[in-house]
Amino acid sequence: MNVVRLAFAYARRRPLTTAFNVALLALGVATITLVILLSHELEQRLVREATGIDLVVGAKGSPLQLVLAGIYHADVPPGNVPLAAVEELARRPLVRQVIPMALGDSYRGYRIVGTEPAFVAHYDATPAQGRAWAAPMEAVLGSEVARATGLRVGGTFAGSHGLAEGGGGHDETPYRVVGVLAPTGRVIDRLVLTGIDSVWRVHAHGDADADHARDADGGHAKPASASSLPAPAPAREVTLALVKYASPVAAASLPRAINAETVLQAASPAYESARLFTVFGIGTDVVRGFALLLVVASVFGLFVALTQALDERRYDLAIMRALGASRGKVVAVLAIESMLLAVSGLLVGLGIAHALAATIGAWLPAAGELAHGARAWQAAEWGIVALALGAGILATLIPAWRAYRQDVAATLADG
Amino acid sequence: MFSLTGIAHRYGDATVLRVDEWRSGTGEHWLLAGASGSGKTTLLHILAALTTPTTGTILVGGTDLGGLSGAARDRWRGRNVGLVPQRLHLVGALDVADNLRLAQYLAGVPDDAHRIRTLLESVGVADLARRYPRELSQGQAQRVAVARAVVNRPALVLADEPTANLDDVHASVALDLLRAQCLASGAALVVASHDARVRPLLPHVYALPPRPGPGEAIGASA
Repeated sequence: MNVVRLAFAYARRRPLTTAFNVALLALGVATITLVILLSHELEQRLVREATGIDLVVGAKGSPLQLVLAGIYHADVPPGNVPLAAVEELARRPLVRQVIPMALGDSYRGYRIVGTEPAFVAHYDATPAQGRAWAAPMEAVLGSEVARATGLRVGGTFAGSHGLAEGGGGHDETPYRVVGVLAPTGRVIDRLVLTGIDSVWRVHAHGDADADHARDADGGHAKPASASSLPAPAPAREVTLALVKYASPVAAASLPRAINAETVLQAASPAYESARLFTVFGIGTDVVRGFALLLVVASVFGLFVALTQALDERRYDLAIMRALGASRGKVVAVLAIESMLLAVSGLLVGLGIAHALAATIGAWLPAAGELAHGARAWQAAEWGIVALALGAGILATLIPAWRAYRQDVAATLADG
Repeated sequence: MFSLTGIAHRYGDATVLRVDEWRSGTGEHWLLAGASGSGKTTLLHILAALTTPTTGTILVGGTDLGGLSGAARDRWRGRNVGLVPQRLHLVGALDVADNLRLAQYLAGVPDDAHRIRTLLESVGVADLARRYPRELSQGQAQRVAVARAVVNRPALVLADEPTANLDDVHASVALDLLRAQCLASGAALVVASHDARVRPLLPHVYALPPRPGPGEAIGASA
């Protein structure tokens, strides 16, 4: 016999109340934890995708849109810019590398990116099968594209306008798959890669197409003069370019110089993704607040349960004192019972949150990293531990004080 | 074994209890007699160090209870006093054996399953060890309460109205049980009772006078 066994015995005696209080606390803990895990994963992902890219340059417009289109491939680009402007940028001493990208089409919702081999190298992607593209109309698939579409090396497909499925097609200029990349866990897994000239070629044909008149994506990279087939070298356009600095000094002057002196607009992924995350942050704050409300409710539930238990148990506590228990021990029994509930709720809640994160990670390939995150312990979770244990202590205070002050002799006499 | 000298206990202005002198030898069995409201329960609680009288000296087994305070009083009580309250107050969340185990734990006595088993046998409820108090009859519950009171072999056993609500046969069985257990452990026994049936069953009697003042008139007319 000890106070823990005694607390268990009391918890067992009122299984419904016990279960309700544990469930209420677990729900609050699980919600807060899941928000922490998800927002941590989201932030990590935003940061990871932008790693190594100092600037995205493209047509003048929204910098956030540029970053969304160029880094996360989650938005259409603002427009096209002359390849010459990008090439001029690459010659500047503050610039180490420029990776141009021509966007505009997609295959079954996966964006087709016309670019240079440096793009694949930037993402540390290596071919799992086949080889890199070498000739026009050769394409390399990201691992998820290959998995989802079933396309293999040797297969052919035709792109369609925009990012959505079912846009107007480019059936007359099909791509041929020459390689599939190994998974990287980054956005390149969801891209179809080809040479820039492939994209130009598709749209040299496509310009005669009536579809283009109502093309809403507005970001087709194309030869400036569609009538001059095959496409001539000068006045070609790209959609945007990823820029790496030669030196950190560039951050101070280069973006301003680009915006002021060229037709290009420069957007910083670090700055824009932080801004984006602030927007998400409002949403997660709301959910967090809601979860906190659940925890407050569970504190109240625990308090009510303990107070009720105290009313029912005043004779038990009195007889315990008569059997030699000190005031401290009687208080300890109540406190340990409360902490037992709090710890159970905490463990169940943390378990639910991590299991849910793992499940979401397993079901949604785009959230695959969540499965790893689910096994990790975030520092913020210590805050949740403190919150739950604090809730247990808070709920105990008044009942424990009453138990401490109890007049044993009077209680035994009136019983 | 114990001695009370010059005890007076007051609630507010009213003196509810007065004991000028009461001494008991080791292992003596006493009836603490008195009408309802004469202060029997209060006197039991004073002997158990649950209540501190307004004035007076209590020595139990050589210990001056006035010199104990706080946790020391609780510890002393757990080791030296076995209490059978009128309403028994078995702990409902625990089974019979665990009720006895709780008494050992709270008194700081090592867990002794053998002692619990033999004790439950000797009070005749060995087969009820795994039952919960709500599953017991009144008579069975009283046997368990007596076993709980003597499980730590206290020097003093205090029973408050143990025959209330019992018929003649069960009243005498209950008293026999208490006396037998106290004899077995050599404990002094004080049975507080206003039950006339108890008087012939105990060798020593300490009678409390009815409460002085207005209480007497109300008690007399009731």
